Amino acid sequence: MSAPAPTPHTTGTAGGSTTRRRRRGPRTWLAALPLLVFTALCFGIPLGALVFGAVTRTDSRSGATSLTGEHLARSLQGPYLGSLIGSVQLSALTALIGAVLGVLIAQAVVTSRSQGLRNAALTASGVLANFGGVPLAFAFIATLGISGVVTRLADLGSLGWDLYSFTGLAVVYLYFLIPLMVLATVPALDGLRPQWREAAQNAGATAWQFWRHVGLPVLAPSLLGGFVLLFGTAFAAHATAAALVGGSVPLVTLKIADALSGNVLTGQENVALALGLDMILIAGLVMAVYLPLQRRSARWLR
Amino acid sequence: MSVLLATAVLTALTAACGAAPDEPAAAAKAGADAKTATSAAAFGGVEGLVAAAEKEGELNVIALPPDWANYGEIIKAFEAKYPKIKIKSENPDASSSDEIAAVKSRKGQDRAPDVLDLGIAFARSGADEGLFAPYKVEAWDKIPAGQKDPEGRWYNDYGGYISIGCDARRIPVCPQTFADLLKPEYKGKVALNGNPTKSGSAFGGVYAAALANKGSFGDIQPGIDFFGQLKKSGNFIPVESTPATVEKGETPISIDWDYLNAGYADQFKDKGVDWKVAVPADGVYAQYYSQAINKDAPHPAAARLWMEFLYSTEGQNLWLKGYARPVLLPAMTADGTADNGLVAKLPKVEGTPAFPASAELDKAKATLAEKWDKALS
Repeated sequence: MSAPAPTPHTTGTAGGSTTRRRRRGPRTWLAALPLLVFTALCFGIPLGALVFGAVTRTDSRSGATSLTGEHLARSLQGPYLGSLIGSVQLSALTALIGAVLGVLIAQAVVTSRSQGLRNAALTASGVLANFGGVPLAFAFIATLGISGVVTRLADLGSLGWDLYSFTGLAVVYLYFLIPLMVLATVPALDGLRPQWREAAQNAGATAWQFWRHVGLPVLAPSLLGGFVLLFGTAFAAHATAAALVGGSVPLVTLKIADALSGNVLTGQENVALALGLDMILIAGLVMAVYLPLQRRSARWLR
Repeated sequence: MSVLLATAVLTALTAACGAAPDEPAAAAKAGADAKTATSAAAFGGVEGLVAAAEKEGELNVIALPPDWANYGEIIKAFEAKYPKIKIKSENPDASSSDEIAAVKSRKGQDRAPDVLDLGIAFARSGADEGLFAPYKVEAWDKIPAGQKDPEGRWYNDYGGYISIGCDARRIPVCPQTFADLLKPEYKGKVALNGNPTKSGSAFGGVYAAALANKGSFGDIQPGIDFFGQLKKSGNFIPVESTPATVEKGETPISIDWDYLNAGYADQFKDKGVDWKVAVPADGVYAQYYSQAINKDAPHPAAARLWMEFLYSTEGQNLWLKGYARPVLLPAMTADGTADNGLVAKLPKVEGTPAFPASAELDKAKATLAEKWDKALS
């Protein structure tokens, strides 16, 4: 299932609450102790097992375990490397499109005066952002597949439409990524106070100038956070892609599933763990780019 | 590491449960015997085996989908015949590697699977790792030599041929051979049962296509090229064919085991799908699945009884009823115990099946894992 990740870092910073003075003291970290313990147990142990499996080899006969870089090396070669690249391409592209369209929709929702539209859009986004996995794949197959209702009504086949391709998969991903972006950015857009725009207008700024110098800088952390969230969601998605494109669009999650629970290839479990480690490293890299950028933009909000 | 820890704890717990003081010593001894018994003779014949199995009262099976080769009916028939033994069926859609993982991770637990239904590569690698108990069923001698481990750690049970299923309501002329599949009239219509680097039947489909295109057991490349060509011409759709996609018409032509395709024909007759099955004459490829007993089976006697049941005339005919070809079919045809009505309903095949050697199979899989993505994208 393409379980959407929680949204810890996407909301709030644009609001007024950041001005609240933070209490610093020796006991602050104690309050975080349950969280730290939870993180250590639920993330640390699996991560440890993953790393251990990725860099060791156990001889099936003697049971002896030895250190090896073979699995990691294999995970960065040939079709495995291709699947990592494929996943990054698909995730980056869908996250970018999803972020842009999501913000436009969120802006439309926020600026419209209709409370009904707002409620409807937010509720729908909440539902659609969590609609993923095999059910979503089948919904698309029934609608836009080769014998899908819309495909046949509009004769999309002759126009070159193919659901079972990179493009098709990107469209399906956008179906849950755009609503996710809407959910992630509406609170931030709410935080853009109308007074700022009025002030800018009074000072003779055009709409473009307002967005260029006020709106976007203020929103940047939230937008970046939304993009990272979308990237992560697309990067980790598995079931939808598995049901739709099988092996014809190389994705790392599909490769891990092949290696871990297949009927064909034996003894690939450690390569799957190594691929998992690669995924964590890529996610870490994305975060490493995002965090300094966010801190930089957040500075303007103080 | 956490898995190891959990296993250790659970092993300690289950060991403590097993050592309940009121358990009669005799039963414990019979249990120990059952673990090492290599034939029914060790129990003093099949009656003794039945008694020992009934004492255990349970059998854990894994990865037996009820709609696959008639397993649903086989499980029911076993329970009807031995009402004192309850079958616990776990994760019916599990793959072979899931089964091996379950054997390893639940070593010593009551929940460990007793018997396994495995793809041939996993049967061989599992035997090499020493995971299976050697046991020879009553019908052992009738299993062809090429289809069993000499020590009895695994043996083939049922199988079938790669076939082309076709929805005759949507496809005016059904393809009969791999060469037919390239025709432009089949654009956007040809599917496999999954990704061949993961699904055994899809792998068989590529192997059969290789044989149809001047390849061999040692050379699967022509099969990969064939599907690359199908993809380029737009005939191939990468969607995994399932009963759902077959019924809906999304995979109007599906390359799959003949027993699955023939099963779909029955299943969807009432639903307006006229599903035709043809075994392509240019790419004849058969593959059998293997049975094995977990060396640390929590119910060793029941596990052995299950094997005896599967390789009995009754068990073999039940597979036949699911359109699968039981491994004893040649012997049963010879001695007249095969259900001829069921044999007549099998898709027609010319000749006898040949099987790749381990090394050829390994090479084919390595080639496939390396080249499939590139050919298809």
